[in-house]
Amino acid sequence: MAQTDVIVIGAGPAGLSAATALARLGVAVTVLDREAVAGGIPRHCNHPPYGLREFRRLMRGPAYAQRLVAEAKAAGVTIRTQTTVTFLHPGGRIDVTSPEGVETLAARAVLLATGVRETSRAARLIGGEKPGGVMSTGALQGIVHLNGQRPFQRPVILGTELVAFSALLTCRHAGIKPVAMIEPARRITARSPAIWLARLMGVPVLLEATVDAIHGRTRVEGVQIDRRGTLQDMATDGVIVSGGFRPEATLLRLSHLEVDPGSGGPVIDLWGRLSDPAYFAAGNLLRGVETAGWCWAEGRRVARAIHAALLGQLPAPEVARLRLGSDAVRLALPQVLPIDRPKPSPADSGAADGLQLRLNRPAKGRLRLMQDGVCLMDRRIDSLPERRITLPLPALRSASDVTLTLEER
Amino acid sequence: MDTPNLPGNAEGFDVAVIGAGVVGCALARAFTLAGARVVVLEKAADVLDGASKGNSAILHTGFDAPEGSVELACIREGYALYHQIRDRLGLPLIRAGAMVLAWSEAEVAELPALMAQAVANGVTDVQAVTAAEALRLEPQLSAKVMGGFRVPGEHLIDPWSAAHGYLLQALENGATLMRQAEVLTGRRSQGVWHLATTAGAVQAGLVINAAGLWGDEVDRRVTGESWFTIKPRKGQFVVYDKTAASLLGHILLPVPTKTTKGIVVCRTAYGNLLVGPTAEEQDDREHATLDQPTLQALMQRGQDILPALAGHEVTAAYAGLRPATEEKEYRIRTDLAEDYICVGGIRSTGLSAALGIAAHVLRLAERSYPPLENPVWPQMPSLTGEAPRDWQTPGHGGILCHCELVTRREVEAALTGPMAAGSMGGLKRRTRVTMGRCQGFYCSAELARITEGRLAQPMLGGGDGAD
Ligand SMILES: Cc1cc2nc3c(=O)[nH]c(=O)nc-3n(C[C@H](O)[C@H](O)[C@H](O)COP(=O)(O)OP(=O)(O)OC[C@H]3O[C@@H](n4cnc5c(N)ncnc54)[C@H](O)[C@@H]3O)c2cc1C
Ligand SMILES: Cc1cc2nc3c(=O)[nH]c(=O)nc-3n(C[C@H](O)[C@H](O)[C@H](O)COP(=O)(O)OP(=O)(O)OC[C@H]3O[C@@H](n4cnc5c(N)ncnc54)[C@H](O)[C@@H]3O)c2cc1C
Repeated sequence: MAQTDVIVIGAGPAGLSAATALARLGVAVTVLDREAVAGGIPRHCNHPPYGLREFRRLMRGPAYAQRLVAEAKAAGVTIRTQTTVTFLHPGGRIDVTSPEGVETLAARAVLLATGVRETSRAARLIGGEKPGGVMSTGALQGIVHLNGQRPFQRPVILGTELVAFSALLTCRHAGIKPVAMIEPARRITARSPAIWLARLMGVPVLLEATVDAIHGRTRVEGVQIDRRGTLQDMATDGVIVSGGFRPEATLLRLSHLEVDPGSGGPVIDLWGRLSDPAYFAAGNLLRGVETAGWCWAEGRRVARAIHAALLGQLPAPEVARLRLGSDAVRLALPQVLPIDRPKPSPADSGAADGLQLRLNRPAKGRLRLMQDGVCLMDRRIDSLPERRITLPLPALRSASDVTLTLEER
Repeated sequence: MDTPNLPGNAEGFDVAVIGAGVVGCALARAFTLAGARVVVLEKAADVLDGASKGNSAILHTGFDAPEGSVELACIREGYALYHQIRDRLGLPLIRAGAMVLAWSEAEVAELPALMAQAVANGVTDVQAVTAAEALRLEPQLSAKVMGGFRVPGEHLIDPWSAAHGYLLQALENGATLMRQAEVLTGRRSQGVWHLATTAGAVQAGLVINAAGLWGDEVDRRVTGESWFTIKPRKGQFVVYDKTAASLLGHILLPVPTKTTKGIVVCRTAYGNLLVGPTAEEQDDREHATLDQPTLQALMQRGQDILPALAGHEVTAAYAGLRPATEEKEYRIRTDLAEDYICVGGIRSTGLSAALGIAAHVLRLAERSYPPLENPVWPQMPSLTGEAPRDWQTPGHGGILCHCELVTRREVEAALTGPMAAGSMGGLKRRTRVTMGRCQGFYCSAELARITEGRLAQPMLGGGDGAD
């Protein structure tokens, strides 16, 4: 492999936008992706809305992915597909395997942009049998859009995050008629307009309901649903287990890098830098799912931080840690905060301009950022899991821990 | 799909083995290597679809087996034989060693008798450990541990490649495998067995019933009666992601009760960590269902023993059925006058004992065949990382299943050859595709494409089966 300054792991929106931005700044970049085709998740999301923020056009996923790849190539980025990263060593050395075998690569900086996966049926501890026809949205979309196959006719969809509605669109495209969407909470997780899609397709949304068991020995034959304590069997031939996004972070967890138990992704500072300063991260890996546009913008910003780091202009890592003081809050990013806002510098444009939060469960009340007994910020929230919550960056006075508390009503 | 050009069919086979669980696979190997022409009849679309589909994958020493039992003798012999042949077949052995741990005063009081039994069973290298020693050996262990003893010889194996290896060696030395061949009836005339199967008639000199969970039923179908009753005992497991495997070295066993060895916490040969099995009696032999409260209780139990497990993800859950019977002993019976041997009730140690059971049954059969010259020793693919995995060697065609690092070349190999996968479950057991943390989020589409039209029980039309 030619000499490279930066290796990007993952050719999704975050990795490709970062690579493109770096290449335009004159940095030699190589993007590695384990799939045969670059583009990440949008490759199999054959529906809009993609591209609004980036290209000011409403696009479908595959066209959007192709456009990102074309831009990266035009900027001079090297893209290697079918190249799986298997281990991260300190200092930016990585092991990979590709059809040519195994190699070790090195770069001055490595950006992790490995995205997310959906929580599997097993991780949700759904009981019953283990027939064929139980799959994530990602798997369904691959089978429908990449293969043109139809795995079932009348599935149930578990979950009401945005991705569940993406599954609905995929079903509609393939002529599959879901029998119900099933949601444990009292409200759907996605913003309300999404429910109109279900109504339009005549798919009932069962709230306060869970699937306890899946029936069928070789193929799904039905599910047992628990609705507020009442058990009921529903005939169905498939189960789409949607959402519950988890960072694709096993690489990270098997490495020397620090992991945030809340997000399941890396601990980052204001510049997306990890506990080993040779590593950076951006995109869904940080938190669970965001829109592609958000990940794309994040990749661009972290590219500027990496560029500053290569020039030796990035401030030393800061020490104030952001801690969670409420079990309703799943994560808050970045976990490492600057004591003082950095002076305007080339690095400034690479810095995050706010905090991002996610909840574990529906919650409302007063969020507070506390340091040394002083309240730095106070904000009312009323939100659901997987909804984006942003806060301005607080101005810190010392390096002691900052705690995020939630007084629930 | 296996419509064999039945080599022995003109005059029949020497031996028909009913059932391709781990026991049937080992029997096929032993009789084939002894020179017999063997046919294996399996009702499912692929092998290892019964009790052998899901177990704890421990190669037991027999330290706690009933003294003087056939079971103990078979475990001891099976254990030794596995060590003897495993290199030549490329089968892994993870020398983990076990610790039996006591968590209460009452359990502490039982330790000396258990150690004495181990010694009486020929497992003489057991060593008592104090709580402090246990914690030094396993620093992640809960400090609530009160003492125990080590059984250095208890090891971990790959439950599927072992059985596949036994059967493949039989097939490569001339045996015949018929899948989707359920034995319906048996009739003996003029010293020849005529078995009616869903894949046609088969004739054989000797019939061996190794039908696992259906052993009593096959007894009745073939001989008209059965001398035991299968009482299935279900075991559920949770499996943690590979990040958890580094928490533990030993196989952690509880003090056993009368009915069960209890819930084990151990690594797997594939580098995961498992907690299980439960022991739940049921009548149903077909369905091994999971239930959420039990899985939650297993996770809790795992965390009580290894508190750090709380920070790790469960990536799979499965259940298996033990072919237990009304007695605490294998139900092996020979009827030499009728050329029939029943190898039934191989309850909860069959993986360890299989090679021993096969050697035992071969002796019981009291027959000789023209010797097999220069038997072939196939090499099983390495799935455990003990030997280099396929992804570490060039030309693998790219990774197909990212979580388990399964290559395209491995999947292609598993879809061809004399023991080509017949179902998605079978493909998973041969390669580990989709068995990882994403459970197919990434690779399902590619797999659906590659396997289209190539599995007797198709991926999208048919069963997913075991994992
Ligand atoms: C079903 C679904 C529907 C969606 N619909 C929309 C929508 O309509 N509009 C929208 O804006 N957003 C949508 N999104 C969200 C959007 O697609 C994602 O947020 C975006 O793709 C995330 O970008 P990323 O770069 O962080 O990760 P990804 O796109 O997930 O890319 C990660 C890449 O990393 C690679 N990788 C991972 N590990 C390794 C490794 N070890 N070695 C090499 N490569 C590796 C992967 O192969 C992958 O290509 C949807 C998401 C899903 C799942
Ligand atoms: C939860 C659990 C944990 C265990 N842990 C361990 C362990 O750690 N170590 C260990 O050594 N053992 C363990 N075991 C035990 C071991 O798995 C079993 O003893 C072993 O798998 C039994 O194998 P078998 O070949 O006798 O039966 P099976 O695997 O059930 O094989 C019988 C086969 O016969 C076929 N069949 C049935 N009827 C017919 C018919 N009419 N015609 C044709 N074919 C038919 C079936 O489809 C099946 O494939 C465990 C078991 C369980 C369930």
